[in-house]
Amino acid sequence: MITKRIIPCLDVKNGRVVKGVNFKGLSDVSSPVELAKYYSDNGADELVFYDITASFEERKLFTDILCEVASRIFIPLTVGGGINTVDDFDRVLKCGADKVSVNSGAIKNPELIREAAERYGNQCVVISADVKRVDGEFHVFAKGGREDTGMEAISWIKRCVDLGAGEAVVNSIDTDGVKKGFDIEMLKAVCDAVNVPVIASGGAGGINDFVDLFREIPDIDAGLAASIFHFGEVAIPDLKRELRKNNITVRL
Amino acid sequence: MIAIIDYGVGNLFSLCSSLSSIGAQAVVTSDIETIKSADKLILPGVGAFADAAQKLRESGMDIVVKEQAAAGKDIMGICLGMQLLFEKSFEYGEHEGLGLLKGSVIPMEGTIPENLKIPHIGWNALHFAKPSGLFKYINENDCVYFVHSYYATDCDDSVIATTEYGKEMTAAVELGNIKGCQFHPEKSGKVGLAILKAFCEG
Repeated sequence: MITKRIIPCLDVKNGRVVKGVNFKGLSDVSSPVELAKYYSDNGADELVFYDITASFEERKLFTDILCEVASRIFIPLTVGGGINTVDDFDRVLKCGADKVSVNSGAIKNPELIREAAERYGNQCVVISADVKRVDGEFHVFAKGGREDTGMEAISWIKRCVDLGAGEAVVNSIDTDGVKKGFDIEMLKAVCDAVNVPVIASGGAGGINDFVDLFREIPDIDAGLAASIFHFGEVAIPDLKRELRKNNITVRL
Repeated sequence: MIAIIDYGVGNLFSLCSSLSSIGAQAVVTSDIETIKSADKLILPGVGAFADAAQKLRESGMDIVVKEQAAAGKDIMGICLGMQLLFEKSFEYGEHEGLGLLKGSVIPMEGTIPENLKIPHIGWNALHFAKPSGLFKYINENDCVYFVHSYYATDCDDSVIATTEYGKEMTAAVELGNIKGCQFHPEKSGKVGLAILKAFCEG
C-alpha cells in the first residue's frame, strides 16, 4: 500500500535555512545541505525548499545550493518561492528539483500551470495555496499569506488541478503557528474536491496532530511541517513509529 | 562505464548524481561508439510514451539499444524507460515499444479502483516475485518512490517485483540482460541506491 508521507519544509534565505535548528551531530544547523541530509537519513519522505529571497543574486545562490542538495540527497525535492514563469521551472528543474510549487505566480497567471504541465508533466507541477477563513468562506491569500485575493479557496485549488497541477500543498493560515493541529475541516473539503495528492500544512504541534490528520482524513497523502522538525520537538522516526502503531501505513 | 542513453527526454541530473554517489562512472551520451564500449546501459525516460518512442526512433537510439541488447549487454530501463522495453503501450492510442520484453503498458484509469488517485505518486513497498541480483542489497517490503499513471501487464515471464496499488502492479522486471524499474531508484533513498549499485556491479 502507498505510504503516507512526512515532509519537512526548509525556508532558505541568503543560502541559509531560516529558523534556528539544533540537532546533535549537525555541525552547521542552518546549512541547507547538512539539514537536508539529516532529514533524508532520518526518515523524511520528501523535502520542500522555499526560496524566500528576492534579489537576482540571492536567487542564483539558491539554485547553487539546490544543485548541491540534489547531488547528495536522493529523495524527491519540491522547490517553491519566486516561481512566476516557465523559465523559473526550468531554472530549478535543471538543478535537480523533481516538483515545482507555484503560489502567487499562479494567482497572477493561472495559465502558468497549464504551460508548465504541458512541458514537464502534471506530476511536476504543485499548486501551493495559503487559505484563511473570511466571513465564513475559505479564501486564497497571496504574497505569503498577506493579501486576500477574494477568491474562494476550494474552487481555486480545483481549478488549478483542472489546469494541470498534479499535487496540492494546502496551508491553513488560521492554524499555522498555533500548534493545535491541522485544519481538518478545510483539508477535508479540499480532499473531497480534487483527485490528486493533497499535502496538509499548518498547525502541527506534536505527533498526535499527524495521527489525527491521517485518521480524520484517510484521503490525505502527506503532512508537512517546519518548526516542530527544525526545533527537534518531533523526531520523524518517533512520529512514524507512532503512526504505524495507529495502523497508518508509513515508510520506516 | 555506464552509458545513460540520451535521446532528448528527461532531466538526468539526479540519475547522474546518484550513480556518481555510488562510485559508478556514468556518461550521458548518444554516441554509438561510447554506447558500444560501455559496460552497461541505462534507458531513462519521463513524459509521454508516444513522444519518447518517437524520439528514440528519430535519434536512431532504438536500433542501437536493440543491437546492444541482442549482444547481451545489461540494460536497465527506468520509469518510462522501462515501459519502452515492452512490445506496446496503450497510452493515448496504441504505440510500439522496443519489444525487448513481452507485455504491454496500460492505463491505471479504469483498471484500478476509482477511489485511488492517479498518478500513483509516493513511496510504496516492493514485493519480490522472483529472486534477482538487483535485490541483493535490499529486503522484501522496502519502499521505493513511484510516479506513474500507466503500468506494464501480461509480463509474467519478466516481472521480478510488484507493488500494491489497488492491485498487484509491475514494479521491476528482468529477463536475462534486460532489466527495468517502474519506480525511480535515483529518488528512492538508500534502497534505490542499493538497487543501482547491484545493477552496476552485476
